[in-house]
Amino acid sequence: MSQVPDTLRYTQTHEWLRQEADGSITVGITDHAQAQLGDLVYVELPAVGKALTAGDACAVVESVKAAADVYAPLTGTVLAFNDALASAPELVNQDPYGEGWLLRVSGDLPPDTLDAAAYRALTESA
Amino acid sequence: MPADLLLKTPLHAAHLAAGARMAPFAGWDMPLHYGSQLDEHHAVRAGAGVFDVSHMAQADLSGPQADHYLRRVLCGDVARIGTGKALYTCLLNEQAGIIDDLLVYRLGADRFRLVLNAARREADLAWLRARQADFDVVLTPRDDLAMLAVQGPQARTLTDPLLPAGVRAGVAGLARFAAAEEGDWLVGRTGYTGEDGYEIMLPAAAAPALWQALLQGGVRPAGLGARDTLRLEAGLSLYGHDMDDTVTPLECGLGWTVHWEPAQRDFIGRAALAAQRAAGPARQRAGVVLACRGVLRDGAPVLQDGRQIGHLTSGGFGPTIGRGIGLARVEAGADGACTIRIRDRELPARFVNPPFVREGALRVDLPPLANA
Repeated sequence: MSQVPDTLRYTQTHEWLRQEADGSITVGITDHAQAQLGDLVYVELPAVGKALTAGDACAVVESVKAAADVYAPLTGTVLAFNDALASAPELVNQDPYGEGWLLRVSGDLPPDTLDAAAYRALTESA
Repeated sequence: MPADLLLKTPLHAAHLAAGARMAPFAGWDMPLHYGSQLDEHHAVRAGAGVFDVSHMAQADLSGPQADHYLRRVLCGDVARIGTGKALYTCLLNEQAGIIDDLLVYRLGADRFRLVLNAARREADLAWLRARQADFDVVLTPRDDLAMLAVQGPQARTLTDPLLPAGVRAGVAGLARFAAAEEGDWLVGRTGYTGEDGYEIMLPAAAAPALWQALLQGGVRPAGLGARDTLRLEAGLSLYGHDMDDTVTPLECGLGWTVHWEPAQRDFIGRAALAAQRAAGPARQRAGVVLACRGVLRDGAPVLQDGRQIGHLTSGGFGPTIGRGIGLARVEAGADGACTIRIRDRELPARFVNPPFVREGALRVDLPPLANA
């Protein structure tokens, strides 16, 4: 079973969001998503300062066999990206909610995200 | 295709028991990986892995004119191989397009085993049967057999003790592209990974026990995912990607599978192929290595000086190399630096001569890593 931490919010497209103490939002892909993709070998992330629009593709995660878009779960500006992923994309597989985070974004937590129970229901019905 | 209509190999239950992620492939329900495609890739380069390749089609050809018949339908000449030897070659149409690539084993003066791609089984058998009338031959599909590929530097050492006594004696000191036969077992020192190893054809009923013994002996189960990255690093062509029936061997790096001598051997496709050779093929195969981080994908345009000169026929990530690599079909003479268009970006790359990796070692010069 994939992990779905209770403390996070989730999207229908398998991103997770975490509100930080400074108000910024950290974004990654879920354990379920990384397991579906398999071994990741490349992650393409947007530059700091880039404006994101909720629902638009904002990053690409590539496994050996396929590339998958990551969709911006909120509208905001990129404050930071995880540059460790340039040389170690496998961190997303190993620790999707920790060392494998993707982006830190300014903006508000969208109201239409899923809580852990709703996301668990989504992945279990898939 | 619904999962319940997919064909299952004799090892299907064993794959599920080993935790395989299954995926449809050429009508079969096959293991993609057993947890990590990358770990399986590295296990084959460093130790040994076993692949279930029972989906590949096997067929026996026999009869007093089997040799003559194969010398007509294959672009490689079976007269060059003695009993117990294998030949990698192609089945061509009249235009010299590749109907399939295959291994043919000579099992006797007038007895052969053909190993065909799963997806090409029906097309191949129909083509072969349609050209049988003038020859006294019998073609028999061997759906009663399974096939395992054990590959890697430790493959032969770990496999030998597990083989039945008769075939074990036969594989001692077996040369590359040679095979040992005992009853319905045929063990060839062949493979599709760039590593040493065996391809083992055996009765379907015997396959689960051998599979289990190999795993218990330290051979890692490996799926079709690792098989693809290994063959790509080894620079080996994949039917339907690097070649098809619109591409001749001269255009896809398989010119070496054609035997032009003796000149009087009139194999199907010879005239078209000879004309193309005389004119000089307009396209050729090339390997490419990315000069930045990233992954290459099949179909991506290959550009030089801002102009598209071809496309990738296979693309991926080379786990041993740690770079994006690919095989391309490009204008003849292409050399030096190029760019590959992936999504909306043009990534710097360089043409190289495959293989990228052979027997665990890097075989190409990697360009310096640039920021793209």
